[in-house]
Amino acid sequence: MEQPTLDYIQEISGGNTEFEQKFVTVLQDEFPKEKEAYLEFLGQEDLEKASSVVHKIKHKFGILCMHDSYRLAVSYEEELKEGQRELEKEFTAILEAVHAI
Amino acid sequence: MKGIIVDDESTAREIMLEMCKAIPEVEIVALFPNAIEALKYVNHNPVDLIFLDIHMPGMTGIDFVQTLNDAPKIVLTTSDTNFAIEAYQYDFIVDYLVKPIPKDRFETTVKRLRRAFIEPLENREETTGNQELYINIDRRLIKLRFDNILYIEAKGDYIHIKTVKEEFRVHSTLKKINDKLPDRLFMQIHRSFIINFAKIIDIQDNSVLIDRQVIPISRSNRPVLMQRLNLL
Repeated sequence: MEQPTLDYIQEISGGNTEFEQKFVTVLQDEFPKEKEAYLEFLGQEDLEKASSVVHKIKHKFGILCMHDSYRLAVSYEEELKEGQRELEKEFTAILEAVHAI
Repeated sequence: MKGIIVDDESTAREIMLEMCKAIPEVEIVALFPNAIEALKYVNHNPVDLIFLDIHMPGMTGIDFVQTLNDAPKIVLTTSDTNFAIEAYQYDFIVDYLVKPIPKDRFETTVKRLRRAFIEPLENREETTGNQELYINIDRRLIKLRFDNILYIEAKGDYIHIKTVKEEFRVHSTLKKINDKLPDRLFMQIHRSFIINFAKIIDIQDNSVLIDRQVIPISRSNRPVLMQRLNLL
């Protein structure tokens, strides 16, 4: 699976390690909450709300330079809006992998 | 320029805040996780600029824009490209950024903001603003053209205004005269000196040469001065 990197954050920070650390802390706080919310909405079959969370998660994939995962999340978000969930397995696997890191 | 950041994702807010450090003219005064809180704030605290996420729960960025009566300049940030056409129907929307925002793309935003804020101010100064200053010498008002002033030095209760041909001693303070001078031409580089930026001959270490006068640059003013130079 594609590995997340902090290349983008390091580019933005211009060597400001305090910002990098702060960002990682924010990410560690926000990502599990979004993952939980996504799984909860999916469990409730509320695909519209699930797509809203995927929208946020895809941004994080982008920030973490996970370009393939970002593209998959873009498609999955649209799919959920249309009431489909074909990419669910693939997307959830990425979520679990990122969470494990 | 006072600005705020509105985004429901804290990661996005932090990134935008960090990026805004590249714009010395912009001071981010508050961050909001939703449009409703931001709306309450701007209704009581006018701002010049809003970095606004579109996709937010409750009230979207577009809803927010539509509720503003006297809208400040807005930079939209979103992970969707779908709103771009809708966004550009508002003339106060300066830019539309797709997240994650590449650093070089944000540099374009900075240029657009400068065009939106700073250049109109400079043009206004040039077209409608004063080109001169009157000083009171022995109950006579003498007109000094800004472009004739070389530098101004504070000495006790007086300031000495050095022009191309003369020097005037006026009972005033640097602060008072600084408020009357256009920022694009003048800059205080030391607690006792304001210089006409256009009259600099050279800069060496911690001093500036204007005419034949060596003028000190204070440590705190040096970075701002260096930033204003069109350095090759």
